[in-house]
Amino acid sequence: MCSRREALLRSAQLASMLAGLGLLPRIVSAQAAAQVQGQAAPPTLVVAGATTAWNAVAFEAKSVADVMNALGAAMPVASAEVALTAPDIAENGAVVPVAVSVALPGVKRILLLVEKNPATLSAVFDVTAQVEPALSTRVKMGQTSNVFAVAITGDDRVFYASKEVKVTLGGCGG
Amino acid sequence: MPDPMRIRAQFTDGVTTVRVLMSHEMETGLRKDAQGMIVPAWFIQQVTAQLNDRTVLTAQWGPSVAKNPYLQFRIKGGAAGDRVTISWIDNRDETRTDSAVVT
Repeated sequence: MCSRREALLRSAQLASMLAGLGLLPRIVSAQAAAQVQGQAAPPTLVVAGATTAWNAVAFEAKSVADVMNALGAAMPVASAEVALTAPDIAENGAVVPVAVSVALPGVKRILLLVEKNPATLSAVFDVTAQVEPALSTRVKMGQTSNVFAVAITGDDRVFYASKEVKVTLGGCGG
Repeated sequence: MPDPMRIRAQFTDGVTTVRVLMSHEMETGLRKDAQGMIVPAWFIQQVTAQLNDRTVLTAQWGPSVAKNPYLQFRIKGGAAGDRVTISWIDNRDETRTDSAVVT
């Protein structure tokens, strides 16, 4: 069982990663700075991120961004409501089936990240109310890594689940 | 584009389950071919799913989605006879659209 400190650290890492990708709804830095100093400040929410154009910056992000860059309003919270299904060991890193299912209401966006891939962000799904927030797809993994499924709800709260998937390289798959 | 997408849409218990298998190389741009030259990135960037001309799902993909991408999702409601249309655009601005009828 992760200690609270570990859980917080992982949330922060994920927040920084996502913030670096420009995908998190962001509070302007003044408010974030005020928070760090322990003062309350009225949040000014600036939603950053892709609209309908392909978000090149997000998909070219090469690594987990520095924690100090995390201006994200909502630190991703580990949530049992986000269910990530992936194999414990992927025989073929080129084809790793992953499934995400979110039991939260009002999910508008689901992200798939592979932490140690050259390009961390794998996929972004913009889900309308007409679709159940449950998806399956297959991703490529370069090496054993954590896979993150992140759900962003309509009120800009961010939740995530992660799973470590081991990738066995070399030898014949299957 | 080579093979058409294989789309299966099935309506059961108030939910239409859509499964799509797309045919695309999804090159990451990091691989080298036999001569040691980098194979340029070529991958689907955006995917749109529609039910009867109404967009229900959009996705932005990076090169780390697997080759010949598979996608499964569930639409609330729908009915047999509805049309599910999937289209994608890749980074070479090539597009493909296929549709299937919900059974």
